[in-house]
Amino acid sequence: MTISRPINAGQAATLAGECRAEIHGLHRVPSDVPFVAGLCVLGGVYVLLIAGMLLADLSFTTPGNFLAALRSEDIRYAIRLSLISCSITALLSLWIATPIGYLMSRYPFRGKAIFDAVLDIPIVLPPLVIGLSLLILFRTPAGRFVERFIPVTYAVPGIILAQWMVACAFAVRTMRTSFDQISPRQEQVALTLGCSQSQAFWQIVLPQARRGILAAGTLAWARALGEFGPILIFCGATRMRTEVMPTSVFLELSVGNIEAAVAVSLLMVIAAVIVLLLVRALGRPPWNG
Amino acid sequence: MIVLENVTVRAGTFSLSGLSLEIPTGQYGVLMGRTACGKTTILETICGLKPARAGRIILDGREVTHLKAAERGIGYVPQDGALFSTMTVRQHLAFALAIRNMPDESTRMRVAELARLLGIEHILDRKPLGLSGGEQQRVALGRALAARPSILCLDEPLGCLDEDTHGEVCDLLKRVCREVAVTTLHVTHSMSEAKKLADCTFRIDGGAIRHVIE
Repeated sequence: MTISRPINAGQAATLAGECRAEIHGLHRVPSDVPFVAGLCVLGGVYVLLIAGMLLADLSFTTPGNFLAALRSEDIRYAIRLSLISCSITALLSLWIATPIGYLMSRYPFRGKAIFDAVLDIPIVLPPLVIGLSLLILFRTPAGRFVERFIPVTYAVPGIILAQWMVACAFAVRTMRTSFDQISPRQEQVALTLGCSQSQAFWQIVLPQARRGILAAGTLAWARALGEFGPILIFCGATRMRTEVMPTSVFLELSVGNIEAAVAVSLLMVIAAVIVLLLVRALGRPPWNG
Repeated sequence: MIVLENVTVRAGTFSLSGLSLEIPTGQYGVLMGRTACGKTTILETICGLKPARAGRIILDGREVTHLKAAERGIGYVPQDGALFSTMTVRQHLAFALAIRNMPDESTRMRVAELARLLGIEHILDRKPLGLSGGEQQRVALGRALAARPSILCLDEPLGCLDEDTHGEVCDLLKRVCREVAVTTLHVTHSMSEAKKLADCTFRIDGGAIRHVIE
């Protein structure tokens, strides 16, 4: 509609009303039901699949099998070794991931993109390749030198190393995201108040990153618990020596003892759920319900 | 005294050069300019948070161009206050003193003094979450003044406040800066703030700083 002659305020209001009616008359807002239904169906399918898997495991085993698995000396050793190695791995991961995450979040430097890509390699590399690469690394002169002091290959320190190689990469990602979410403005104020970079980090940034640290540590722990491929190649699957819980599942399956394999699997599921609940409970901000 | 001599500042691809200004000791200087003209960048360069690409920055007769932020003796209040979310108000006021390893008794007295001056005695044990805009600005100001700096830099301290609180904090700034005798550089886009507070006014115009003579 074009206007070719001057109009007064009343005519303008009438014209505006007519245009509005025309536009609104033509416009029909589509229903939100198909969109929401689509979201529910896609989400529901995935959640049902997860729940279905767990229910299938539960229905496959019996309390008797479960208790028999817990009474087995081999499996109790595997549980102990898993809990200890995962805890050490989680702490080591945090020790390395926190400064790397802070460096990547705050400091520009030459080659940062390459450095960033290298940090992601353990995430994308097939687990068996990680195990094989570690095995080859410790066949080199440098690796053999280290083994003179600490036995690594086919030994417990090797389990921690294999778990840590992958778990740390996830922890780095989490810590970097955590530091990215903390405004650098507070550190800048701390610098003007007389702090060094290090003081600003320890006193201002780290306390605010505690939820991120908890999340990174938990992710590293959970990742380490499920690690199997690198451990199998690098440390073997020796009962009562380098057997962790995933290795127990593999060994029980390989001798046809599916009930025991499922029982150990359920133990790992229970451990993972407890850790997840713990993280959610401890990590919730105080003002949330 | 705050003196800039032909300073060049840069933020990403944005750059201003040949910046000069002088604020006499104890005076309240206001630097005005429209949004995104470089006011914050200039302030951050004076504070040592961004390097000066050229020129000299002289504070109280001492050249600080290449000194770290921690060595310049400046109190800085950024635009959003940037309070430390894990610390109480008391810890904020004590922070600069704790960094300098001041004795506990002296710190306690200084915190009490600042709390009285800024009217925040009733919130000393609270954390920043839940404080009003005006309270947050008072705490940020107290934190900046705790170590008795001779220079105070304020980046749009009244920008986020409602009208009532704006007037209240404006009066507070005027009173506090006079009482503690600190040379102040206040950055803003508001002419009314400049009229109310400034002893001397500057404006960024066409990439240069001009002294606005009333």
